[in-house]
Amino acid sequence: MGSYLVRRFLLMVLTLFGMSVLIFVMLRLVPGNIADILVDAAGIADAKEKAKIAHELGLDRPILEQYGQWIGGLAHGDLGYAYVSERPAIEEIAPRIPISAKLAGMAIFFAVLIGVPFGVISAVRQNTGLDYFLRVLSLSGLSLPSFWLGLLVLMAAVHWFGTIPIYDNEPHGFWRDVGLLALPAAVVGFRSSALIMRLTRSSMLEVLRQDYVRTARSKGASNASVNYDHALRNALLPVVTVIGIEAAFLVGGLIVTETVFNIPGVARFLVEAIRWRDYPIVQNLVMFIALVVVSANFIVDMLYAVFDPRIRYS
Amino acid sequence: MGSRLAFVAVTTAALITGVFVTTASPAFAQKQGGTLRISHRDNPPSASIHEESTISVNEPFMAVFNNLVVFDPSEKVNSPDHIVPDLAESWAYNDDKTQLTFKLRQGVKWHDGKPFTSADVQCTWDALAGHAPEDKAIIRKNPRKLWYSNLKEVRTNGDFEVTFVLGRPQPSFLTMLAGGYSPVYACHVPDRVMRSKPIGTGPFKVVEFKRNESIKLVRNPDYWKKGKPYLDAIDWTIVPNRSTRLLGFQSGQFDMTFDSDVTFPLLNDVKANKPNAVCEARPTNVSSNLLVNRDKEPFNNPDIRKAMVLALDIKAFSQILSEGHDLDGAVMLPPPAGFWGMPKEQLASLPGHSPDLEKSRSEARELMKKAGYGPDKPLKIKIATRNIAIYRDPAVILIDQLKQIYIEGELEPIDTTVWYTKLARGDYQVGMNLTGVGIDDPDVNFYENYYSTSDRNYTRYKNPDVDKLIDQQSAEQDREKRKQLVWKIEKVLADDVARPIIGYNVANTCWDSKLKGVVLQVNSIYNGWRFEDVWLDR
Repeated sequence: MGSYLVRRFLLMVLTLFGMSVLIFVMLRLVPGNIADILVDAAGIADAKEKAKIAHELGLDRPILEQYGQWIGGLAHGDLGYAYVSERPAIEEIAPRIPISAKLAGMAIFFAVLIGVPFGVISAVRQNTGLDYFLRVLSLSGLSLPSFWLGLLVLMAAVHWFGTIPIYDNEPHGFWRDVGLLALPAAVVGFRSSALIMRLTRSSMLEVLRQDYVRTARSKGASNASVNYDHALRNALLPVVTVIGIEAAFLVGGLIVTETVFNIPGVARFLVEAIRWRDYPIVQNLVMFIALVVVSANFIVDMLYAVFDPRIRYS
Repeated sequence: MGSRLAFVAVTTAALITGVFVTTASPAFAQKQGGTLRISHRDNPPSASIHEESTISVNEPFMAVFNNLVVFDPSEKVNSPDHIVPDLAESWAYNDDKTQLTFKLRQGVKWHDGKPFTSADVQCTWDALAGHAPEDKAIIRKNPRKLWYSNLKEVRTNGDFEVTFVLGRPQPSFLTMLAGGYSPVYACHVPDRVMRSKPIGTGPFKVVEFKRNESIKLVRNPDYWKKGKPYLDAIDWTIVPNRSTRLLGFQSGQFDMTFDSDVTFPLLNDVKANKPNAVCEARPTNVSSNLLVNRDKEPFNNPDIRKAMVLALDIKAFSQILSEGHDLDGAVMLPPPAGFWGMPKEQLASLPGHSPDLEKSRSEARELMKKAGYGPDKPLKIKIATRNIAIYRDPAVILIDQLKQIYIEGELEPIDTTVWYTKLARGDYQVGMNLTGVGIDDPDVNFYENYYSTSDRNYTRYKNPDVDKLIDQQSAEQDREKRKQLVWKIEKVLADDVARPIIGYNVANTCWDSKLKGVVLQVNSIYNGWRFEDVWLDR
């Protein structure tokens, strides 16, 4: 177990290093840098002003030196200065992370809360009216684009309640946060819940046909005991994998949802930073997201052992 | 045609109403207090007005500053006749009109408590004219350096008098000082601070400018105009998605939309969902214009350039883009909103503006045939435009219209970050561009976009005669004579296909009926955002 953990840790470090090189190089391959954009945004194309800004920001230094400075700073907890706001990048990034984390957490919670039970019900009631309804629901979840669903929800909110949940800067209590983020979390989690629902259903159907399930039934175990104690625990293994992957993919959904619901989280901020070629923000945020993804994968791997005692790490 | 007439009628009525309301305004009892909530369309690149060229900066931050002089905020049309004192109490020219001296208001304080003096005026315009030493610069970028190319020196005479020394007489100089792009900056505040939390003398102080989120302004209790502003605060929420912004306005979370945010197709929705909304359509003085790179073959052939402009169906552009509300004009915004635009009869005689479209297109086809193109041998071109809907839409219509004269265009959407660089390099064949004019004045427009040496003369149109005429109108003191010169220049520019104007955008701004005292200025969206006369009736 110990050697496995060390190997996984080293692999994580290697993945993060690869990501850092990739994002650093890719950003610089995209046409235009912050100096171009700042000057272009003012409607001018003055090469001298561009060169002056590029020099101020150190963009005219050798690329290896720039990379070294970034990684060196990162190792010491110094994320550098955001180009656009001219404030420390950490001050720009840190307040936004909890907002997106809450939204992502609620979205995953919503997805699991809806996806797993409905997937089980759909499997247990296979080919009934309820099963068909849930399958249609899950298909619509997979096919509706988040931005469209988000706008629809907002329009409905205006129509029925005369208000929409627009996030503001004021400090919120827990329940106010839940209230503000519930709708966007449901929108972003809807797609994931559909996927989880479909996967739970197919996994459950497969498990329900296994010999040990038949044996349990022949022993006189109740339906609930067979479905939840015997079948579900085994069916959950692939579902957990998907939940882990979805947690990583959620960033994509968050970008749209944060934009439509105007939530000042990291996903929307990342897009804006890419638009402005705000390297310190983009690089550090991408590294943060990469860290979340590799950590999520690691946790999922560890969870396998919890759900399936036969799995041993060595 | 009907909607165009209706628009002109509505604009004229709005102008008259504006005059009536503003002259009658003492009858209203303005209420003190309240927070005005406005949605903002995007993240302003910075808070420093002098460094930027977008309404995204002017609209929220103009209220932080004062100018020396300002366009009368109660008038809808910005004109040289409606310039009122701001930080300057009075002004006077010397005999040969090359020195403009301002007597400054005393006792005015910057938001950080330091006194405002003539040194602040001097260092602001030294920086803008490019006379400031690099280590003392209060700006990092200078998009309007060209405005002040005639400014030779700024002299102070004590703490409360300042003289602008001009190279030659330039009546528009005062007009340029009156616009939203001409605030006085504080000498003692570094450029970095001005970009993030600017210090001004204006009616509102910046509390916080949170990128991608919000801008919060509060009332300046020490404002030198006693009793103003009426509002306690202004909260701008940055909402990049237009649907969300408008839903926020309809649900009462915002008291006002961002300027010109409501297109005509969206207007009905807004009015249906918020019956108490006051919505006003006004020209933005932003024109869609055609860029033809005259240095590149085959566009170095004047016949092809002329054929392109003759093929334009300007009415169709307007119908498709704004349900017929966009205005037809030449280089200057047409009247009644525009102060300098040429009369309709003259406009109709310019290529591309003729009412007889079929005749123009026949002529265009002949010119194309003469240049060796025809139905069997179309001219294949790329039409570059910024990859934003408001740029792409007219470009697509242009492609369709050019097919009528044997030109097959292919849309080339350009990332917005490199658009101006590409134009400045001349790295395009044909382009569709949008140009906003900070002040409705020929100097601003001609020198920026048509003068031979301007960086923003993207088509690289060089005509020494036109340069001479531009200088001549710039120095002309008699306004009527100047107008005649302006129209003459407009005609030459149109005949030379320097940068054909396809239309002037018109869009709507809406606000809650409880918000009073809003006067939108009809010939520039960049002016009139001081918010010191605005109040909330709740």
